[in-house]
Amino acid sequence: MKIARSAAAIALAALALTACAPPTSNNAASSSDEKSGTIRVWLFSEVNQDPKSAVVKAAVSDFESSHSGVKVDVQYIPVDSRAERFKAAFNDPSSAPDVAEFGNTDLASYVASGGLSDMTADIKAWDESKDLDGKILATTDVGGKNYGVPWYVGVRALYYRTDLLQKLGLGVPKTLADVETVARAVRAANPDMLGISVGGAAQFSAMPYLWANGGNIATKKGGAFVSGLDSAESRDGISAYARLLKNDICPPQTCAEFGGNASVQQFIAGKSAMTIGGDFNYKAVAASAVKDKFAVVPVPGNTAGSIAPAFAGGNNLGVFNSSKHHTLAAEFVELLAGKKYQQKMFDAMGNLPTFSDVQKSVAASNPQLDPFIKTLAAGTNFVPVTETWSTIDAQGIFTGMYQKIVTGKADVNTATADAAAAMNKVFGSK
Amino acid sequence: MTAFASAKADTNGANREQNRKPTTAGTSRRRALGKRGLEPWFYLAPAFIVLIALLGYPIFQLINVSLYDYRQAQVSGKAPLQFTGLENYQKLFADPEFWSVLGNTVLFAGACVVLTLLVGTSLAVLATRLRPWVRSALFVVSLGAWATPAVTGSAVWLFLFDPTLGLVNKALVSVGLTQFNGYSWTYDKWSAFGLVASEVVWCSFPFVLVTVYAGIQAISTEVIEAARLDGASMPRIARSIMLPMLRPIVMVVTIQSIIWNFKIFSQIYIMTNGGGIAGQNLVLNVYGYQQAFAASLYGLGSALGVIMTALLMIITLVYLRILKRTGEVL
Repeated sequence: MKIARSAAAIALAALALTACAPPTSNNAASSSDEKSGTIRVWLFSEVNQDPKSAVVKAAVSDFESSHSGVKVDVQYIPVDSRAERFKAAFNDPSSAPDVAEFGNTDLASYVASGGLSDMTADIKAWDESKDLDGKILATTDVGGKNYGVPWYVGVRALYYRTDLLQKLGLGVPKTLADVETVARAVRAANPDMLGISVGGAAQFSAMPYLWANGGNIATKKGGAFVSGLDSAESRDGISAYARLLKNDICPPQTCAEFGGNASVQQFIAGKSAMTIGGDFNYKAVAASAVKDKFAVVPVPGNTAGSIAPAFAGGNNLGVFNSSKHHTLAAEFVELLAGKKYQQKMFDAMGNLPTFSDVQKSVAASNPQLDPFIKTLAAGTNFVPVTETWSTIDAQGIFTGMYQKIVTGKADVNTATADAAAAMNKVFGSK
Repeated sequence: MTAFASAKADTNGANREQNRKPTTAGTSRRRALGKRGLEPWFYLAPAFIVLIALLGYPIFQLINVSLYDYRQAQVSGKAPLQFTGLENYQKLFADPEFWSVLGNTVLFAGACVVLTLLVGTSLAVLATRLRPWVRSALFVVSLGAWATPAVTGSAVWLFLFDPTLGLVNKALVSVGLTQFNGYSWTYDKWSAFGLVASEVVWCSFPFVLVTVYAGIQAISTEVIEAARLDGASMPRIARSIMLPMLRPIVMVVTIQSIIWNFKIFSQIYIMTNGGGIAGQNLVLNVYGYQQAFAASLYGLGSALGVIMTALLMIITLVYLRILKRTGEVL
């Protein structure tokens, strides 16, 4: 017994001595800036991978032929496990790439982890950067510094069934209130149809309602974010969206759990008269059974002729802080995210460009993009650029608020007040 | 003396033997013990080293991390590491959601344990009475369920219970229960928990079935026959002979079930889409993942891990104590 106790004590003491504090890694910016060697690049793998690989391959050989002694090694990583891959790369700089593709909502948390390198100077010195869409470039801005170059953008618009609306003599919705009336009318006439398929977890479909009503998720006040979900304007926007998730439009039994994808799937399956879908969904809808019976318009605002601010989703290319080749890596980013290759990526993948002039030229030759380009031109909006947003997102504070309202677990005032308080707690916790 | 009394006497006798502590003896014996004192430890050393390396160190690190403000920024060296003592625990205990999730977990795990044991044990008893080929069929089918990975099982289960395309709703509607047309099993909190629980029971009862069946087979037929000769009825045999002899096995499967079901992750995560509508179906493990690891709050997540470990150890210890008091030893 005695021996057991002392052995345990010794073991514990030894452990305590060797590992007093939890391990941390040193992720300081690399001091070297080598002009040759291998540039490692991480890009997301896609369901439809070949066209992307072909464009990237062309960019790589372009880059290698103009930079002697430089090799580019591209690896495709799955989107689903990106969080683990990036965290591991931040924890172990020696396994990190030089350049990576990442979602723009992830940027702020990567910056807070010290993983991304400041690209402000590179962007300023780059002649093409003056044509970058300002609103989209702003999504890479943390504390006045840009940590990436927007590679492509995704926005959502209103898809609707031309045949159903025509049969009932309903016009194309011109305001958000119209969307609700039309949706209700279609479902009243076709009880098996959803008036508009939206979801309790489809946050990016809900945001235009919030913003069109003058509300906001959070605003920066004196250096810190403060949630605006409990303001009167936000509550109007949240109620307007929640009214769609009622039995007479999109029953909560079915729709409360839908995310963005699931709601678009309903439209593709011909089970809903309208939906809020992205430019990236267009191909799938155009290949579905409803392909000859749909059209797309920008999500309208509160007044006729206005467009509700859309969420500017998309991916960036950035340089890792630990890269030993910052200049080379930035040059590769400027090539792959430059006008020439954005055009090629659009041709191959349908990814919307982030340069205003390239957007205009692709819209001119592709009329189906018109509603999305119009939406972009009308001005987009974004989630709060802070690393705490990834916590708020992971904890489901924003979507949970909508789900509580549409399932009747809480009224709008309570749910918004709770969500605002929960968000403020997270904002303040850093 | 009746057979079952002698069976009881046997086990009691064995217990007495094992429970007898080495009584104090003369100094000569003590000296002998002192000489041999290190020897058992020497033999145990390999096991201890492995245990400490594989179990002790991670648990130590878990406790350690739970005492710090440890987020991604700290891990990758961007922000200074700060010792915050019990702050993570205070945060959890002050959060009403933590308590409701804990309540959910206890209820859900409890229901799963009871149902798994009931289904598994009944089928084990049934298996002893079946013809060999029927029994083999039963085993093959159950082992199939057991061998199915949790992720696959959950996906298949979800597909069966799909509101519009699912076989279950279609069958219910076809027998006239039209209210199940388009019925969503995951919408209501308790029906969602019920759905997940049924999947959990489905994939974990085979373990109970196999173990208890083996236990029943190990009871020598002479004992049962003797009891029968003494005029004991079947329920009496089950209660006074078989159950006491099966107790160590039942104890093992119960503890295993408690631990497994308390730690359920995949089924809830997949079937309720990460914790259900507005988080209504969160259990501790999913909550910990969502609050802590997906959100990169490792300190908080570790605090949750420590709480779960402590709870499970307490449950196991209490259970072992109760069994020891009733005279059984593992």
